[in-house]
Amino acid sequence: MAMLPPSFRSWFKTKGWSIHPHQQAMLARSDDPALLLIAPTGGGKTLAGFLPTLVDLATNDHDGMHTLYVSPLKALAADIKRNLRTPVDEMSLNIRIEDRTGDTSATQKRRQRADPPHILLTTPESLALLTSYDDAHRMFKGLKRIVVDEIHALADSKRGDQLFLALARLQTLCPDLKRVGLSATVEDPDAIAHLLARHPDPCEILLADPGPAPDIQMLTTDEAPPWSGNGAKYSIPAVIDQIKQHKTTLIFHNTRAQAEIFFHNLWLANDDSLPIGIHHGSLDRVQRERVEAAMVRGDLRAIVCTGSLDLGIDWGDVDLVIQIGAPKNVKRLVQRIGRANHRYNAPSKALLVPANRFEVVECIAALEAAKEGELDGDPRGPGPRDVLCQHILIAACAGPFDADALFAEMTSAGAYSTLTRSDFDACLDFCATGGYALRAYDKWKRLLQRPDGMWQLRDPRSTRAIRMNLGTIQDRDTLKVRLKRNRGGKPLGEVEEAFAATLTPGDTFLIGGQIVRYEGLREMTVEVSKRADKKPKIATFSGTKFSTSTQLSQRVLRMFQQDAWPELPKHTADWLALQRRVSRLPEPGRLLIESFPHEDRAHTVIYGFAGRNAMQTLGLLLTNRMEESGLNPLGFLATDYATMIWSLDAVRDPAPLFDLGTLRDGLDTWLAGNAVMKRTFRASATIAGLIERNSPSARKSGRQATFSSDILYDTLHKYDPDHVMMQITREEAMKGLIDFGRIEDMIRRIDGRIDLIEHSRVTPLAAPLFLEVGRVTVKGLAEEKLLAAEAARLMATAGLAP
Amino acid sequence: MVRGTKQAMTGCNITLAGAQLTALGSGALWWEAHNLLCVSDLHLGKSERILRRGGSALPPYETRDTLTRLERDLEATDARIVVCLGDSFDDLIAAQSLSETERLWITRLQAGRSWIWIEGNHDPGPIDLGGSHLGELPLPPLIFRHIAEKGKSGEISGHYHPKAQISMRGRTVSRPAFLLDSDRLIMPAYGTYTGGLRSSDDALTKIMRPEATAILTGRTPHQIPMPR
Repeated sequence: MAMLPPSFRSWFKTKGWSIHPHQQAMLARSDDPALLLIAPTGGGKTLAGFLPTLVDLATNDHDGMHTLYVSPLKALAADIKRNLRTPVDEMSLNIRIEDRTGDTSATQKRRQRADPPHILLTTPESLALLTSYDDAHRMFKGLKRIVVDEIHALADSKRGDQLFLALARLQTLCPDLKRVGLSATVEDPDAIAHLLARHPDPCEILLADPGPAPDIQMLTTDEAPPWSGNGAKYSIPAVIDQIKQHKTTLIFHNTRAQAEIFFHNLWLANDDSLPIGIHHGSLDRVQRERVEAAMVRGDLRAIVCTGSLDLGIDWGDVDLVIQIGAPKNVKRLVQRIGRANHRYNAPSKALLVPANRFEVVECIAALEAAKEGELDGDPRGPGPRDVLCQHILIAACAGPFDADALFAEMTSAGAYSTLTRSDFDACLDFCATGGYALRAYDKWKRLLQRPDGMWQLRDPRSTRAIRMNLGTIQDRDTLKVRLKRNRGGKPLGEVEEAFAATLTPGDTFLIGGQIVRYEGLREMTVEVSKRADKKPKIATFSGTKFSTSTQLSQRVLRMFQQDAWPELPKHTADWLALQRRVSRLPEPGRLLIESFPHEDRAHTVIYGFAGRNAMQTLGLLLTNRMEESGLNPLGFLATDYATMIWSLDAVRDPAPLFDLGTLRDGLDTWLAGNAVMKRTFRASATIAGLIERNSPSARKSGRQATFSSDILYDTLHKYDPDHVMMQITREEAMKGLIDFGRIEDMIRRIDGRIDLIEHSRVTPLAAPLFLEVGRVTVKGLAEEKLLAAEAARLMATAGLAP
Repeated sequence: MVRGTKQAMTGCNITLAGAQLTALGSGALWWEAHNLLCVSDLHLGKSERILRRGGSALPPYETRDTLTRLERDLEATDARIVVCLGDSFDDLIAAQSLSETERLWITRLQAGRSWIWIEGNHDPGPIDLGGSHLGELPLPPLIFRHIAEKGKSGEISGHYHPKAQISMRGRTVSRPAFLLDSDRLIMPAYGTYTGGLRSSDDALTKIMRPEATAILTGRTPHQIPMPR
C-alpha cells in the first residue's frame, strides 16, 4: 500500500501540490502497529495521518467504521471534518465522515452507534463514553486505524491517560488496530511514543522536516520594563506599532486575568480603532465563536488570547505571534510560535515581551534555548490512579469483566505499564466496596464478584450515574456572568465562584474586555450592567499560573555566571552587575540566602529557582520550621525564583532549616489540613467516582443538598488516613501544586552548600520582590481575630447590640 | 474544617421570648435553666442511604463523627434533657441500619437523660431507639419543632441547614449558622455530612425578620446581621 493511487496523484497535481516526504513515509508504513509523526504546524500533518485511510477506503470495500480520529478539542474535530471533505468530495470518494462530541445530538449519536461512519472524529471523553456501552464491540467492529491528533497536548494530562486506557480497550476489541499519533515539536518524542504504543510493542517515530528556524526576538521598547508585576502595560505603544505592521497578530498571555487587563489597556490606546478581539476559556462560547469566525474571515488585526488558542486549528493568516510575559516553558513557546505563518517552509515570526526586569533575563534565556532547540519538560511519572478507578467503572458499565484480563489490558497502556497488581487491586476494591477500613455496608457493594469470578455492577442502573460523571476535566466552580435585563441578558462568560463571593453591588470588574458593574446574584448567575466610565477596581479570575520549567530556571542561573551580559538590555545588565557588586548572584549547585532588616522586620530571601509552586511550598514549610524555632515568622511571598520570608527574628543558621528529612516530616503534618490537598482531593475523588458532579435525580436541588468535599477529606483523614483515595491525593498533590519533587531536587543539588549573606539593607535582586503581589500571612488565630473585629463592626454599623 | 475542638462551652448568649440561651460554637443550643441541649439535623446514616440508593460509597464514618461531637457537648454541659430537632436519621432505613456499636453508643448517651426525638421530614416515623418521639415539644416560653411555621413566636426549629457568609477584604468565610430574630431561632445542621443553605436564600429571608442576626459557628461563635 506504499504507492499513491492514480486518482490521488492527479488530485495532488490539480491542487498544484506535491506530496511531502513525511506524508509518503506515513503511507509506506501504514502497516506499522504504532507510528508517531512529529511535524511542525502547517506541515500537512493531518492529511499525513489520514492518507493511509483514504487510500485504503478508495481502493477497498469496507463495512462499518474504518478509522477513529481523536483530538483534544471539539472545535478541532469539526475543523478536520471540513478539511477532510475537500479531498474526499473532489476525488468523489464514497466515504462517510462524521464527528461525535458533547455537542452532537442524541438522535445522531444513537444512529452512529447503530450505523457507524467510515471515519469518526471525536474527543477522549466521547470515546471513553463509547467504550462504556455494551454494544461497543459492534460499533467498533472492523476498526483498522486510530489517529490521535495533537497528541503532545494530551500527553501531559489526565485526558491523555483516559484516552490511552480507552485505546487499550479498543485494542482488545480490535486486535489488529493500528495506532497513529500526530504531534507538534516536543522535547522527548520517545516518551510520547511510549504512551501511544501498546506496551511493550515498539513505536517508530517519523520526524518531518522541521522547516526553517523561527525568527524570535525580544521586543525592544524605549521604556524599560518595570521592576515587578506582569501587566506589561509599558509595551502597549510598541505592540500597537507591531500590529499595524502585520496582517494578523496573536498576542498570547500566561493567564486569563492578564489577557483581560492587557486587552483593556490595548483598547484604551487603540487610537486608529484597529479591529482587535479577545479569546480565552472563560468567555461565553457564543462570544468565542464570534471571535473565531471573525478571525477566519480575516476581519481581525489582532487577538489577545491565552492557551485556549494553543492548538492546531487553522485560524487564518497569522504572521506574528507576540508572547507577553516570560514564556515559563520553552516547549510551549515554540508550539505557540508555530501558530504564526501556517505555511510550511516559511519562518514563523515571534516577539517576546518581558513584563518586568527579571523576565528580561528569562526571555533571553528562553530565546537562546529555542534557538538551540533545547526544549524542556519534566517526565510525567506513572499514570494517575484516579483515572484508573474511573476506567474500572467504565469497564463495568460495558459488561462483566475478568480482573486479570482488565489488569493485563490496562498495563498495556504506556502510562500504566509499571502499575503493580496490588495498586490495581486497591483501585478495584475501592470501586467495588469503597475500600474503607470499616466494612460497614457489605450488602451495598457497587461491584459484585460472581461465582464464576467475573466482576459486574450490583445495580445495572448505576451505569447512568457513572456515564454522567465520566471525564477528567475539572470544571472549577464557576458562575455565569450575564447582563442584567428583564428576561436574561446577554451571556458574557464566567468567573470563579470564589471571586464572585468577594463582590458587593457596585464593584466593577473586567470580562471579555469590558468593564462591568456587579448588580447582584440571581439563581447562580452573576448579573452585571455595562459600566465603561469607571476604572475596574478588582482583577478577574485567578486562573492557573504555570511554574517556570526546571531547564529554563537552570539556564537563567547559568546566565548569571557570565562576566558580562552583552545580550541583555543595558538597564538589566546594570542591575545584575550591581547585585554582583553589593552581594552575590545565585549559582548553580549552591543556595544563596540573603538576610536584611527592612521596616523593622527581618527579611530572608531564598533564591531556590524551583518554580513558583515549589517555592510556595518551601515558604510554607520554612515558616513552619521557623515558628518551631521561635523566629516568629509573619509571612512570606514566593516567585518562580525566590521565596522571601519576613519575621520578628532573623535567620542566623539556615542549614538545619533545609534538612530534607525534617522538611518532609513538616510536609506530612502541614499537608493534612492544607487547602492544596483539599483541592487535589476534590479533583481526584471526582475523577475516581467518589464524588458525583452530576446525579440523575439531584440536579434540581443544587448546592443545598450537597456538602463540601472538604468534609469528606477531613472525615477520611480522621478515621481512615491510609484509604486509597488519600494515597491518590498525596500522589497527585506531590507532583502537582505542591511540587515537592523540585524541592527535593534543589536540596540534593545544593548538597549542603548554603551561602547566607547578611546585609544592612535590601539588595538589588531582592528589591523587586517587595513589589510582587501574593503575600501569604502565616495563619493561626489570625482568621478568628479578623472575624471578631469584622463582626463587631458590622453589628455596630447595623445598630444591633451583640 | 475538622469540627469540635474543645469548643463546647464557648458560646454566644442570646434571648428568645425571654429565655436565656447559649448558641454553642459546635452548632448545638444550650438552655441552662432547663439543663437542656438541643441539636438539629444529625442525618445519621447518610452514607448508607446514599449508597443504598445507587450513589457513591462515601466514607462511612459520619455517624461516628457526629456522635463523637455530640458526646463531647453532652459531657461539657452535663445536659439532663436532650432534644434532637428532627432529621436525626437520613431516613428510617438508615436508622435501622446503624451498626450495633452505634446503637449502643446512642443508648449510652441516653442513660440518665431525658431524650426527645422530634420528627423531621427525613424521619417521620417512630424509631426503635430509646427516648420519646414527638411531633413537637412545647416548653414555655419556647416550642421546639423541625420546620418553622409562620406567625409563631418563641419557636426553635431546624430543617434549612442555614449557613452564612462574610467577606473581609477578599477573604470569604462561610460557616453553618444560627439565624435569630425576636420570634424564632433556626438551628444549623449538626450532622457531619450536611450541606448548607445560604442565609440569603429566599426561603430564609422570607421567614426571618429584617433585623435578624446570624451566629456563625466555629471555634468562637460570631454574631453578625443576617446576610441577605
